[in-house]
Amino acid sequence: MYDVIIIGAGVTGSSIARQLSRYNASVCVLEKCEDVCEGTSKANSAIVHAGFDAAEGSLMAKMNVRGNELMGQLAEDLDIPFKRNGAMVVCIHKEAIDGLKTLYDRGIANGVKDLRILSREEALEMEPNLSDNVEGALYAPTSGIICPFMLNIAMAENAAVNGVDFRFNTKVEAIKRDEEGIWHLRTNNGEYTARYVVNAAGVYADIIHNMVSANKIKITPRRGDYCLLDKEVGGHVKHTIFPQPTNLGKGVLVSPTIHGNLIVGPTAVDLENKEGNNTTAAGIADLIAKANDHVKNLPMRKVITSFAGLRAHEANHEFIIKEVEDAPHFIDCAGIESPGLTSCPAIGEMVGGMLKEKMNLTEKENWISKRKGILNPQELSLEERNELIKKEPAYGQIICRCESISEGEILDAIHRPLGARSLDGVKRRTRAGMGRCQAGFCSPRVMEILHRELGLPLEEVTKSGGRSNIVIERTKGSNGGDEA
Amino acid sequence: MEKRELTCIGCPMGCQITVELENGEVLSVKGNTCPIGDNYARKEVIHPERTVTSTVVVDGGDKPRCSVKTAGNIPKDKIDECMKAIDAVRVKAPVKIGDVIIDNVLGTGVNVVATRNVD
Amino acid sequence: MISYDIVIIGGGPAGLAAAVSARKSGIEKILILERDKELGGILNQCIHNGFGLHTFKEELTGPEYAYRFIEQVLEEKIEYKLNTMVMDISPDRVVTAMSREDGMYQIQAGAVILAMGCRERPRGALNIPGYRPAGIFSAGTAQRLVNIEGYMPGREVVILGSGDIGLIMARRMTLEGAKVKVVAELLPYSGGLKRNIVQCLNDFGIPLKLSHTVVDIEGKEHVTAVTIAEVGKDMKPIPGTEERYTCDTLLLSCGLIPENELSNKAGIQMNPVTSGPIVNESLETNIPGVFACGNVLHVHDLVDYVSEEATKAGANAAKFVQNGSKDTAKGHVVELKATDGARYTVPCTVDVDKMEDLLTVRFRVGAVFKDSFVSVYFDDERVQHLKKRILAPGEMEQVILQKKKLQEVKDLKTITIKIEAE
Repeated sequence: MYDVIIIGAGVTGSSIARQLSRYNASVCVLEKCEDVCEGTSKANSAIVHAGFDAAEGSLMAKMNVRGNELMGQLAEDLDIPFKRNGAMVVCIHKEAIDGLKTLYDRGIANGVKDLRILSREEALEMEPNLSDNVEGALYAPTSGIICPFMLNIAMAENAAVNGVDFRFNTKVEAIKRDEEGIWHLRTNNGEYTARYVVNAAGVYADIIHNMVSANKIKITPRRGDYCLLDKEVGGHVKHTIFPQPTNLGKGVLVSPTIHGNLIVGPTAVDLENKEGNNTTAAGIADLIAKANDHVKNLPMRKVITSFAGLRAHEANHEFIIKEVEDAPHFIDCAGIESPGLTSCPAIGEMVGGMLKEKMNLTEKENWISKRKGILNPQELSLEERNELIKKEPAYGQIICRCESISEGEILDAIHRPLGARSLDGVKRRTRAGMGRCQAGFCSPRVMEILHRELGLPLEEVTKSGGRSNIVIERTKGSNGGDEA
Repeated sequence: MEKRELTCIGCPMGCQITVELENGEVLSVKGNTCPIGDNYARKEVIHPERTVTSTVVVDGGDKPRCSVKTAGNIPKDKIDECMKAIDAVRVKAPVKIGDVIIDNVLGTGVNVVATRNVD
Repeated sequence: MISYDIVIIGGGPAGLAAAVSARKSGIEKILILERDKELGGILNQCIHNGFGLHTFKEELTGPEYAYRFIEQVLEEKIEYKLNTMVMDISPDRVVTAMSREDGMYQIQAGAVILAMGCRERPRGALNIPGYRPAGIFSAGTAQRLVNIEGYMPGREVVILGSGDIGLIMARRMTLEGAKVKVVAELLPYSGGLKRNIVQCLNDFGIPLKLSHTVVDIEGKEHVTAVTIAEVGKDMKPIPGTEERYTCDTLLLSCGLIPENELSNKAGIQMNPVTSGPIVNESLETNIPGVFACGNVLHVHDLVDYVSEEATKAGANAAKFVQNGSKDTAKGHVVELKATDGARYTVPCTVDVDKMEDLLTVRFRVGAVFKDSFVSVYFDDERVQHLKKRILAPGEMEQVILQKKKLQEVKDLKTITIKIEAE
């Protein structure tokens, strides 16, 4: 039996897991997919929002601003890149200029630091590719960009190093509480029991919640399409550029990513299907049209990939983070949509704090707060790189030509705690396959490495677990196998 | 009388050619715009031929497969059978380019040969 | 720092021919840098025949064609390094390379020949809507898996794009026992050779649907179905024309892009039409002593032309090394332009004083033209007028310029290639 079971290994679940790993408690994370960061956490704008959007006094506002504050130190502790590139909310309609002031006031009330309203001239000077129609902008220097994969992976990895168990491919199918108050979680991989359960199931948080409570909730998957552009045009804007928000969200943003690409998106379409993260022609056309409203000369010919993510939208547009009234020791983290990525360190702190208090947890003496990321040889000098290759020749073999990722980095990704087991797992840890050829070149090579390192037959190497195998069989039918 | 429709492969024009046949004899060729089409159509309707290229399984080599080809054309209707013969072969490394992999495949008088080295 | 007279980036057909040519022009210290584990480049996976009719007057398979040049490289004892990635080329021709065995190192090159080839346009760049499951491959990746590694990507296949690689893979997958259900082509014509349409599709009863594209990909983990639809003149799908094919594999053969990451980093000027470097009559880029040839310069359809072009690049690089920097003075430079249906020319400029007696100018057209003329203008005067029964975007065309004709026109500024109806 565990002290705490967390359902979901996205940024919310992983942040809580890491927070709990500070304490003397047994903790397990159950994840239905084959890796961390497989749901909402993997497909979003990758922005660390400043915090002027959420309603004043809301939990969402509090978590956003606190999460933003915590992110700098967290990124440093986890050795992941993070940059406060600043955000601008751009007004392109004269009659809407007062909206900037409304946002400014809300931001101040929420505790956002250093906000400023810019004139048309100031805005254009800072960001020459803004639309010619720009009337003014709200500038938020604390806004930042981060890699959501690396953040999620790093938090989970650090939690695992500190003793948290992760169970992948494990889907919670039913939850019951026995007479002694112990939670029993039935999964496809047997039963798990725990004193406390944390529901961090993203778009499935309603299904999990509704297993234990009479007060039903509904999470609506709100799809957002995105386009990612080549690094060649990653400098088209330096700041994260938002239009003025509407009731469907923050609108289509244009932003550099932490890795130097340009991201454009998202759209917002409410769905019933919780797995409906397919892009649509209409969605892509819509976002291209909208992005061009506030940024000019957007080089959409340089798209290297498009994708869609699902936000876990709750009707009140508010985070639900609390113990469920009719289910003691069951804590919801539901409705964690944007700014969920920004908020995850704060949610971890909050839920960790709640559990510490309820369970009287004590701090571990030997908690490891820092995690060393996968070495990036591109940051080394020629001499240092040579030294490295002498010691570890695999760092001399480039596998992904577009992103210059070496075999050494891929081996590290596979063999570290919660290591990669699929092409996507390698991709999210190392960026191999994330460049402009979108893994056309490196897929067969990464497959070969996974096959060799994990002892998997090539037919069982997958894109992302389950039935996503890349090849199905040898050529030449029954004669095609290796020598007996 | 039998009519056959063909696309000429002589150039990017890709003329749609109609051939009229009787008892295996070409009566007429229509639709071509140059003599290349006429020649192509007459050969293609009477006895079409193809070169088959594929791979064979290699044991003990630095690669699991070796590319092969029929060293000349074989009748088009023998492609399937030829592939079956190729698929059934296992060769041992080393293989040298030009090595005969199948002698006189399907009695066509044509050999299947290796098109690369496998060490 | 180690130094070589000529460093060649890429050991495919272009790099091999350039190396052999440079050696025959008398250059001693030549080094080929190849990122794969063998020489030959993409030809190794192109196991079908049809290569070399121009060069060797016989039909070879890809590996056989490559081997003809590899043999010469071996005979000439030209040095090469495998499993070696070039990380950087500086404007003063310092090449930074890296491998497992040699670590990261720099080479001072007398001349550099760019022969990096091209890559395939991926799904992402095509904005194909739908899910992102396993089972979607560029045709070339599938070709490598089937022909080199010996693995089948799937059993039921839809192919988007009727370029030659897509057509060849339709036949190849069929011969290996897969069912290729349809080949969809966005354009109203196929960019592939007629021979491939007949022998790779018609022979096996595979339908080719022109003016069609993929509008949806189904399958969360693995592809389960693909929907295609007809497109109108605006290239947009026409509602109501959708056809759904159940399948486990989608192959994409939607164009090739010269691989010029290194060239861009080195500050080499690019031609936006070809996505390859802008070169002069010597196939030299704007950086003196840096030459380009093969698919990195512009995408070819025939490897014979790649070898021919690379042979010239090799000889010109040799000349550059032998003459040193003495010969940098520019002569009478004429600009080459492509208009009225012609899309681009290679080279982009010609120095009348430095050109050889004959110069082959290669170009492509932007649409299918029947019974039209390829015309060459010296400024406003038409000097060549050649009737062609057919011109198609998939087939590279050429005109030959004579040095003495160019010399005759004193103030010649521009040579224009046009496609004219009469």
